[in-house]
Amino acid sequence: MYSYSDFDEAFVRARVAQFTDQIERRLDGSLTEDEFRPLRLMNGLYLQLHAYMLRVAIPYGTVSPRQMRQLAMIADTWDKGYGHFTTRQNIQFNWPKLPDVPAVLTALADVEMHAIQTSGNCVRNVTADHFAGAAADEIEDPRPYAELLRQWSTDHPEFQFLPRKFKIAITGAPKDRAVTKAHDIGLRMVRNAAGETGFEVIVGGGLGRTPMIGMVVRAFLPVEDLLPYVEAVLSVYNVLGRRDNKYKARIKITLHETGQTEITRQIEARFAELKPLFGGQDQRLLADIRAAFAPPVFRTAPTDAFDAFYRADPVFRSWADTNLSPHRNDQYAIVTVSIKAHGQTPGDATSDQMRVLADLAETYGHSDLRISHEQNVILPHVHKSDLPTVHAALVKAGLGTANVGLISDIIACPGMDYCALATARSIPVAQEIALRFNELQLEHDVGPLKIKISGCINACGHHHVGHIGILGLDRAGVENYQITLGGDGSEDAVIGEKTGPGFAYDQVVPAVERIVLAYLGLRQSAEETFLQAYARVGIGPFKAALYEADARDAA
Amino acid sequence: MSVLVTDTGFAPLPPAPQTGVADLAHTDDPAALNLAGLTLIRVHVPAFSDGRGFTIGRRLRMLGYTGTLHAVGPMIADQYPMARRVGFDAVEIPDEIAARQPQSQWLTRASWQAHDYQARLKA
Repeated sequence: MYSYSDFDEAFVRARVAQFTDQIERRLDGSLTEDEFRPLRLMNGLYLQLHAYMLRVAIPYGTVSPRQMRQLAMIADTWDKGYGHFTTRQNIQFNWPKLPDVPAVLTALADVEMHAIQTSGNCVRNVTADHFAGAAADEIEDPRPYAELLRQWSTDHPEFQFLPRKFKIAITGAPKDRAVTKAHDIGLRMVRNAAGETGFEVIVGGGLGRTPMIGMVVRAFLPVEDLLPYVEAVLSVYNVLGRRDNKYKARIKITLHETGQTEITRQIEARFAELKPLFGGQDQRLLADIRAAFAPPVFRTAPTDAFDAFYRADPVFRSWADTNLSPHRNDQYAIVTVSIKAHGQTPGDATSDQMRVLADLAETYGHSDLRISHEQNVILPHVHKSDLPTVHAALVKAGLGTANVGLISDIIACPGMDYCALATARSIPVAQEIALRFNELQLEHDVGPLKIKISGCINACGHHHVGHIGILGLDRAGVENYQITLGGDGSEDAVIGEKTGPGFAYDQVVPAVERIVLAYLGLRQSAEETFLQAYARVGIGPFKAALYEADARDAA
Repeated sequence: MSVLVTDTGFAPLPPAPQTGVADLAHTDDPAALNLAGLTLIRVHVPAFSDGRGFTIGRRLRMLGYTGTLHAVGPMIADQYPMARRVGFDAVEIPDEIAARQPQSQWLTRASWQAHDYQARLKA
């Protein structure tokens, strides 16, 4: 993986010193609270409901065992012994004290990490396919481009005070695991007729209160034009983006108000001006970065132990069926470690668990770890013969849950338990759904089903693209949960459809249960997934299951 | 009134030249400006949090403007390197900010050429 150049190292150290100075200048009155806010946000420090929260970037989701151990140390020293993996490949610490923040940032810099631009109206942490460099279906590892974008966007002088936040996601595979169509810029690697690699550039996707699927502004962008093109998009957005209403300030609104044709014309014109300013140094740097992401030296060894265990041990088999994905080397597997044990907070890992993951990655995983936007941890390169040992160690650490992609592998935002913006609780809803389906012993029978929960209209839990989406609102001081169905965050991205009136807090889990039971009743076979069945029958049968029983009861 | 901030610190605002001066608002399109004969362009920034001025400054330089370029408005010391990097020569700040953020705070950020990813990528 990439390791910091002397330049990166000096940069993060200087940045810690600058932010330390900014905190002091806030305390002595040099900076007003309004002036300090964007500075603290662009350094990852967010004010939550009970305390400050520090959001640390895990660029393109890649983290080394040494870095993971340092995150564990930070959790133990300055927080309450755990961290929360987010939907944008960050880790959040919920309880740091302001005077401790410079020390935390220094500890991060010690392992080539930072919290820069994880919040605020600037280009955020660039996210990537969490299976990058390992997936069987990949055209090219997208992470060198993501690292190039990280360097380009970091402290970019023109784009630190944008109309609103700006999120970029990149994937090198046809199967979209990075939700590129729901980002301000989504980059999907494609091949042209000549077989050259480039990017399909998607602009204006986003969830939040106005969910939109992005539009293609460039069907094929040669890879060497990446920086000038992205810079052109940002430059046009910085001028056109609305600043009179923060709810209309994202590029998705700019695009719809300006029109796809006109905005594309402006982007292309700006791109033509910018391209000559890149003299080739970015491409030389890219070549160095690419070398740093060279694949590990894969081991060749028999995989009989895996096959024998798979046949003999039903617990291992169940985990292998849900938590493993095909690796490009067929002796290897990609392991998704579920951070969604039934009844636990989705995405929360204890410092002990982080250390176990670091040890396993070091011993069995070519020292590579990833964080997925689905709030799980990935060991991207595990030889199949090591899987039984890895599984046993995970089970011992409370990390062996066999539920990846199933109903209890829920994305949930922090909700009213932590967040100042939230209008309803998310985490307890996720916990109760997971516990209920565990009790029913149904989730393996139900199969692939993504539930996503947001505790307010800002949609941090991505509910719009959940197969079942749950949005917690406040209705006259009472939590009310709206359900959407049929959302999809994949390459076939679609926004889910509302079922109808919302449900009270204690009615959400029964409502989800009615939806799932309706699906089990109407699917044509066990192979027809929830999403496929929904596409076939539409929302009608689910509405009936949700509301007609109520109507009967009332009558 | 206003204070002029450059790499060497604060100075009183010099009298503007009689000719060759243009003022741009944060909503103006720099491409619409006739650059011929201009020696000073002042880009007005309504609030430190409005980043449009950075793109305007950058575009003026991309359009070939080589004269003096000032950003004018309530910017903060932390933005000084950004202003310099996009092509401004100096920042004109109101007295209130100059009093609250004295010269030393701006001089701390005067080494704007250090740690600049853009300079590294665009060579």
